[in-house]
Amino acid sequence: MTAMPDAMFTSEPDLLFDAARDGPDGLRTEEMLINMGPQHPSTHGVLRVLLRTDGEMVVEAVPHIGYLHRCAEKIGENLQPYQFIPKTDRMDYLAAMNNNHVFSLAVERLLGVEVPERAAYIRVIMAELNRIASHLVAFGTYGLDMGAFTAVLYAFREREYILDLFEAACGARLTYSYITIGGVTFDLPERFIERLAEFLDYFEPKIDEYDRLLSYNHIFVKRTAGVGVISAEDAIAWGLTGPCLRASGVRWDLRRCLPYEIYDRFEFDIPVGRPGGGGIPRGVVVGDCWNRYFVRMQEMRESVRILRQCIAAIPAGEVRAKVPKNVRLPADEVYFEGENPRGQLGFLVVGDGSPIPWRVKARGPCFCNLSITSHVCRGVLLADVPAIIGSIDIVLGEVDR
Amino acid sequence: MTPEEVASLIGSAFPDAVVDAPMNTLHPAVGVVPDRWREVALFLRDDPRLRFNLLRCLSGVDRIAEGRIELVYDLMSLRPAGDGRPWSCGAVAAVRIGVPRDGGSLPSVADVWPAAEWHEREVYDLLGVSFDGHPDLRRILCPDDWVGHPLRKDYVFPVEYHGIPGSTEFGQRSPRH
Repeated sequence: MTAMPDAMFTSEPDLLFDAARDGPDGLRTEEMLINMGPQHPSTHGVLRVLLRTDGEMVVEAVPHIGYLHRCAEKIGENLQPYQFIPKTDRMDYLAAMNNNHVFSLAVERLLGVEVPERAAYIRVIMAELNRIASHLVAFGTYGLDMGAFTAVLYAFREREYILDLFEAACGARLTYSYITIGGVTFDLPERFIERLAEFLDYFEPKIDEYDRLLSYNHIFVKRTAGVGVISAEDAIAWGLTGPCLRASGVRWDLRRCLPYEIYDRFEFDIPVGRPGGGGIPRGVVVGDCWNRYFVRMQEMRESVRILRQCIAAIPAGEVRAKVPKNVRLPADEVYFEGENPRGQLGFLVVGDGSPIPWRVKARGPCFCNLSITSHVCRGVLLADVPAIIGSIDIVLGEVDR
Repeated sequence: MTPEEVASLIGSAFPDAVVDAPMNTLHPAVGVVPDRWREVALFLRDDPRLRFNLLRCLSGVDRIAEGRIELVYDLMSLRPAGDGRPWSCGAVAAVRIGVPRDGGSLPSVADVWPAAEWHEREVYDLLGVSFDGHPDLRRILCPDDWVGHPLRKDYVFPVEYHGIPGSTEFGQRSPRH
């Protein structure tokens, strides 16, 4: 963090006033403007938060985004939907499978395509595996933000197994473009299901290890419990979704509440934020940073449950419906949202009778989740700002698109 | 609650504010006149039958042939269930508002749904629609000194920006549409 001269801020005239004044003990005090980012380890990418501080207290925090803006929506207006799938990989690049999945579902609704049974199961397997991989990164990097280095090593060790599985299925380790319109591009390779079952047996006990390592760590709890509390009303009003909304006590998950694909066939719970006591550390309140973190830890267990049910039920058969590549989109539109690791990703796809959509709008969950930062960071300690931003778990590729 | 019921509730409360409500589409939306949007928004949020508390998305669509920009507000009402059961979705609805492409503006709903604050800034930035009463209306994704609104269909890519050449990998300077 570096202090910047006032002349750097041309777009925030309200922050330029001279706040110098005399303190109660006759000493002259003044508010200081601090740029956190764009290159700051705890902003998880290129995010700049302009902080107006009074000593250790944050008076105002204004996030500035757009450093990764590529106008993916404009690209979507110039490509056919199946060509746009690789662009969705690059939005939330830690959950590329989920992005492919939601965009494919949106276009399938517009075209009226039915996905074969086996393809639906493969998609759920990939989406849930990617959810685990994404939450592992969230867990590891949140440890880093809070000064606990070891967690990230454990997280990346297990994530590696998932990336190996993805690589076996589609050849890519980060940007997959595997789930596509009508199904998936290839069938699963040999022994994939066996390897997946082995991974789940290996991985499930590891979550307890993470809890012992970080979740109940005294220093970690002190840094996160009761910090950055978001009430359920505020969370809904600011459009928060995913773990951030559930940590505020809202038991809402699109996979259960408005099921899509084949999620209505699986048994799983929706973890929500809980107050301290009864196994939860003291000082924890609903909607704080610790709960946002811990909801993700519990969601990994639920994803393992879903994956086990997939393994038991996956049928043989086709993996892709017959969708012609040069298909004309009807002159209609569709808005579809799916549950991504970070919240509800939505796509508005407007067709105009040509093969290229007239408009593709992406509603990124991180974009909405980040918008509450100014509201939550008002009046907190400077050291709590990385705790709050880290707990929201943003991926700037999706905030900026 | 079905989209038809939502549309008829809005229609009976504001008979002169509703333009149309086409329902034979995959994305049924109620057309509202821009001047009455704030009243309709407050009604949508506060009416006990509707209670649309979540603004899911705000999209702008450039309908260049008709000379207007269409704004689509996607709303949802989340209802608590109690006893640790999942919350339920009371209703899903969409509102469509058309504003003129040149100098178009409509009332801001950033105080009705705080989520709208950034969504409206994005529409202002990428499509050039201004929102009256917005607390902090400035560009959000593009730099402050950017010229033009990239998601407009007649947008021309800049030849250069601070010394950075501005053409696409295919050498185009304007979108193919």
